Amino acid sequence: MNIHAIAAIYRFEMARTGRTLLQSIVAPVVSTSLYFVVFGSAIGSHMNEIAGVSYGAFIVPGLIMLGLLTQSISNASFGIYFPRFVGTIYELLSAPVSPLETVIAYVGAAATKSTMLALITLATAAFFVDLRIDHPFWMIGFMLLTAITFSLFGFIIGIWADNFEKLQLIPLLIVTPLTFLGGSFYSIDMLPPFWRTVTLFNPVVYLVSGFRWSFFGASDIHVGVSLGMTLAFMLACMAIVFWIFRTGYRLKR
Amino acid sequence: MLSIRNLSKTYASGFSALKDVSLDIAPGEIFALLGPNGAGKTTLISIVCGLVRPTGGSATIGGHDILHDYRAARALVGLVPQELTTDAFETVFATVSFSRGLFGKPRDPARIEQILRDLSLWDKKDNKIITLSGGMKRRVLIAKALSHEPRMLFLDEPTAGVDVELRHDMWRVVRGLRDKGVTIILTTHYLEEAEEMADRIGVIQRGELILVEEKRALMQKLGRKHLILELAEPVAAVPPALAAFGLERSEDGTTLTFAYDGGPSRVGDLLRELPAAGVQVRDLKTEESSLEDIFVGLVRGK
Repeated sequence: MNIHAIAAIYRFEMARTGRTLLQSIVAPVVSTSLYFVVFGSAIGSHMNEIAGVSYGAFIVPGLIMLGLLTQSISNASFGIYFPRFVGTIYELLSAPVSPLETVIAYVGAAATKSTMLALITLATAAFFVDLRIDHPFWMIGFMLLTAITFSLFGFIIGIWADNFEKLQLIPLLIVTPLTFLGGSFYSIDMLPPFWRTVTLFNPVVYLVSGFRWSFFGASDIHVGVSLGMTLAFMLACMAIVFWIFRTGYRLKR
Repeated sequence: MLSIRNLSKTYASGFSALKDVSLDIAPGEIFALLGPNGAGKTTLISIVCGLVRPTGGSATIGGHDILHDYRAARALVGLVPQELTTDAFETVFATVSFSRGLFGKPRDPARIEQILRDLSLWDKKDNKIITLSGGMKRRVLIAKALSHEPRMLFLDEPTAGVDVELRHDMWRVVRGLRDKGVTIILTTHYLEEAEEMADRIGVIQRGELILVEEKRALMQKLGRKHLILELAEPVAAVPPALAAFGLERSEDGTTLTFAYDGGPSRVGDLLRELPAAGVQVRDLKTEESSLEDIFVGLVRGK
């Protein structure tokens, strides 16, 4: 295992976060605070409790998940796309670094950054609402699992994209709508039966539901199913990454 | 140090960038790969360094197969690419340190300092790369390639677009590396560069290695020399007594030129026979083909 290479890439990626602190950390915290002001305080104060939880507290897991998903994808996709775009990828491809080490470094850094952001969002939320976390171990577990899984997904997008528009395409047109429609701001039990069935095809539902269970001990879907679906998505992403390195897709001519 | 056997690259479009190339390069050698644009120089280097997948053949570096034992093979190699591709917002010191880590070496600030000093980059160590000139960026790329102390260095057109002073600086660095036993393979458009530095020269054209030769032997074998005789009196024609030498008369008849190759020459015979042929020489000079003349002749199929 080329530990020095993993450390070098990881440090490089984390240093990039440091250089873009405002964009990486401050902007998402500000936008999350706005969500709490609008949905938590202004609208939430007129909403009924959901499953015995105030609406402001109910949306916390969904909001954290929204940031976790988008930041994991954004960090990982940009991390691998930018060297491809400017041409510095030559150095990685000519170095004695295995595909596994490359993925550990890039995905590890992206997941670290998005997890840090999720924890900051959680701390920010605590200023606006009374929070309780029934299963902190599982909360951290779901957070890490989601960060790693969607960083892998972002890594795939970063390899697939051949321009900046494509880099934004999937996060904007697919991931964000799926997150909003995945029960981030409501319980899927509130939907009519038909739309509830349709919603079950949305993988984000399982992430949000499992994560919410770790906070309040109640969820729309059994936590085991949520865990299983998240792991299945992670395995699918791993299989695609394995295929990318085996074939050299978009990396080697 | 490098052994290439029947290496080929054919793209999905059907274009053959490299055709059955075989080549051996000894440790400590400076090998110059010459060829016109699109001849396959960069493709060859890119395959050996792992950037392009070959469609046929094999290559080993220090006995390690570039595909099956890629870790050991790549650890021995440093690559300076043709394009100035750098991390614009990193500092010089950080980017060179990053390269060292990428190749599996622990941090060594003293070693990085030495490399930067050797390349006259030390006073720029804290500068962001985006602020550097093109020549300085080229030096940074060389520093990155040297950061892990490679045993073999690929320089893909290392002095393209750099000024004369920097070019001579780089030649000095390359010679210093060779003295330390580093094997160097360079592609260049500057034939002067190959002539100045290379031990052996390979010429590649349309994906085929059409010639590999010791530089001196190549220049001796394919180089042409010219003895130019400036005459005291113009001649209307080449005297019949000198016809065997194949002399070429200038238009105004004031010079006769004798062309000969790098092998045993008949210059002495010619000089002895000039008085007998009634030719009086006022002055004489010799000219020698440059590597450039040889290269142009080769790629034009002469």
